[in-house]
Amino acid sequence: MNKNLPKWVDLGLIPVLTLLLAFAVSGLVVLSIGQDPIEVVKVMLNGAFNPYGIGHTLYFTTNFIFTGLAVAVAFHAKLFNIGGEGQAGIAGVGVALVMLSYDWPHWSIALLVGTIAAMAFGAAWAAIPAYLQAKRGSHIVITTIMFNLIGSALIGYLVVGPMQGEGSQPQSERFPSSASLPDFHEIFGWFGLEFAKHAPANISFFIALIAAVLVWILIWKTRLGYEMRAFGHSEKAAVYAGISPLKITMIAMLVSGALSGLMAVNTVQGDAERLLLGSVEGAGFIGIAVALMGRSHPVGVLLAAFLFGILTQGGAELQFELGIPAQMITVIQALIIMFTGSLENLVRIPMERLFIRAGKGATS
Amino acid sequence: MMDFLTNDLLQLSDSAVRNAIPLLLACLAGLYSERAGIFDIGLEGKMLVAAFAAGAFSAIAGMPIADGGWDMGAWSVWIGLGAAIIASTVFSMIHAFASITLRGNQLISGVAINFFAAGITVLIGQYWFRMGGQTPQLRAGQRFEPITLPFADSLKDVPVIGDIYFKLISGHNIIVYMGFAIVALTWWVLYRTRFGLRMRAVGENPGAVDTAGISVVKLRYSALIITGILCGLAGAYLSLGTAAAGFGKDMTAGRGFIALAALIFAKWKPISAMWATLLFGMLEAIGNKYQTVDLGFVVLPGQFMQALPYILTVVILAGFVGKAIPPKAGGEPYVKER
Repeated sequence: MNKNLPKWVDLGLIPVLTLLLAFAVSGLVVLSIGQDPIEVVKVMLNGAFNPYGIGHTLYFTTNFIFTGLAVAVAFHAKLFNIGGEGQAGIAGVGVALVMLSYDWPHWSIALLVGTIAAMAFGAAWAAIPAYLQAKRGSHIVITTIMFNLIGSALIGYLVVGPMQGEGSQPQSERFPSSASLPDFHEIFGWFGLEFAKHAPANISFFIALIAAVLVWILIWKTRLGYEMRAFGHSEKAAVYAGISPLKITMIAMLVSGALSGLMAVNTVQGDAERLLLGSVEGAGFIGIAVALMGRSHPVGVLLAAFLFGILTQGGAELQFELGIPAQMITVIQALIIMFTGSLENLVRIPMERLFIRAGKGATS
Repeated sequence: MMDFLTNDLLQLSDSAVRNAIPLLLACLAGLYSERAGIFDIGLEGKMLVAAFAAGAFSAIAGMPIADGGWDMGAWSVWIGLGAAIIASTVFSMIHAFASITLRGNQLISGVAINFFAAGITVLIGQYWFRMGGQTPQLRAGQRFEPITLPFADSLKDVPVIGDIYFKLISGHNIIVYMGFAIVALTWWVLYRTRFGLRMRAVGENPGAVDTAGISVVKLRYSALIITGILCGLAGAYLSLGTAAAGFGKDMTAGRGFIALAALIFAKWKPISAMWATLLFGMLEAIGNKYQTVDLGFVVLPGQFMQALPYILTVVILAGFVGKAIPPKAGGEPYVKER
């Protein structure tokens, strides 16, 4: 962003410092609710990394890779997709529809079909806000939030209405067992390795890694990615260069929605094996923090997603061990968004002063 | 038919007013912010933290001293209101610091504030009251009571006019009347005072305001203080002035965003904001009264009725009801030329 700063400061030091600031303030919050921050960190790390916990940590990481990549892709075209929550939720409907409609012969086929359905439904739910933004100038932040709320009402209707399974629970019928995806215990077993049983991490984790590579290729190695970045950098210049705002906005948001949607393969098909109420659990929003922290780069997103995986699983343990509500994670997430996003200049401006002065000192 | 008019319609209008008030106050809050050139999608979070502060402090103020309260009786509700305004204004100042002083991204700041509010209200609520994030049920003296306007009782038997006066106009709490007064006040401030003129100018062309020797920073901070106060009122209304009588987690339920849509619908004008939020209030009232609606050829489920305000928001944003032109400098940090 700033030519005066060495790259390691811009991409390494500043993100780390802002993250530390966010954690420091989180520590104050912990103190303010009468808990010991050191104890909290211990419980969280133990909860996230014990043999059983790691399976949950990686499961959450998978979700956040998808939603983080989704926000990151949109960010490159200067679009703020805050609708991951709804897109992932509706993608779950898509996954449930195909899984319940046919008994797929093998899990690999079920995975392929589920992936396609998740991407299609996620993208579809992003399409209307994208079109309205491009054609009518409707603010995409507000329309995607509205689509989250509309989506949640729609799912609420489906699980007690047309898609409700047997019994009075607000959920769909359980998917046939052929739709069930191999979990880490099974996958590690293929290679003769051990992994705790009954942990939710499943093969979707590898789909997330593949998605990260594909996003990297899309953004930095294709003409389309170049156009998206150009559009994000300066809409005027991009239009002058013959780039269509409608096309870029639509494509960026469809890709973004499809990525959010993929999360449903992990949650709905991989774990719950049925359509539930509120299965996204805020992962769509955590994607914003992940993308900001990861500087919208797939490598950064992977690292940030893992951090949030640890926080989420560790946070669940906090509730169990210390009785701290799960909202602790929402607070940490908010502080990370705040410090790495809107308050970044708090760190950046002093850094610039420091390094520009140092630079001048060296040359004179 | 006459029965429908005097009963159902009046009842619907009455709940429309009640539902509209938090939207109206939040909408006016957003109006000050956006007219001064600062996007504020953090209205939701500010309302939420205000609702929590109001519910928590009113409860504590009203508790007997033996239970760790302050035993303040009928003053409790005002302590709650004061706490709401302070909490919301503190959040507004964080947004101001991020967007004005640090010239950070205003959308991201707003998003962060919304999440922070959603989390911290439950964390502190659980720590203080151990009720799963809720605050204790408020009793008399801890919440705003309906006010019977003069002559309402003696006029109530007069047909039509008496009905309207007694059932619709009288019998709301003080914040409802304050809300409508603030519409008029905002109109006056915006179009009839020097501050209002300067505030509108700073949202359109901050450079010109700066050239005239007026501080852009000071003006924008002042506007955001007003935003904080109004969101504080909106939030306090939710926990102190409705049947909820206390704070419940995520009780704002997207109202901050609907208020923003209403603001766009109202083209950033105070009187129109009142009509826009009343329309949303009416939709909510209809959704609550008629759980499912049978249109003859199709039965609309309750979930559809609940989603109706959100759907209308999208329709409004899509510009199918007239083109809205936002303040020109909105969302852009102002960098003074050197």
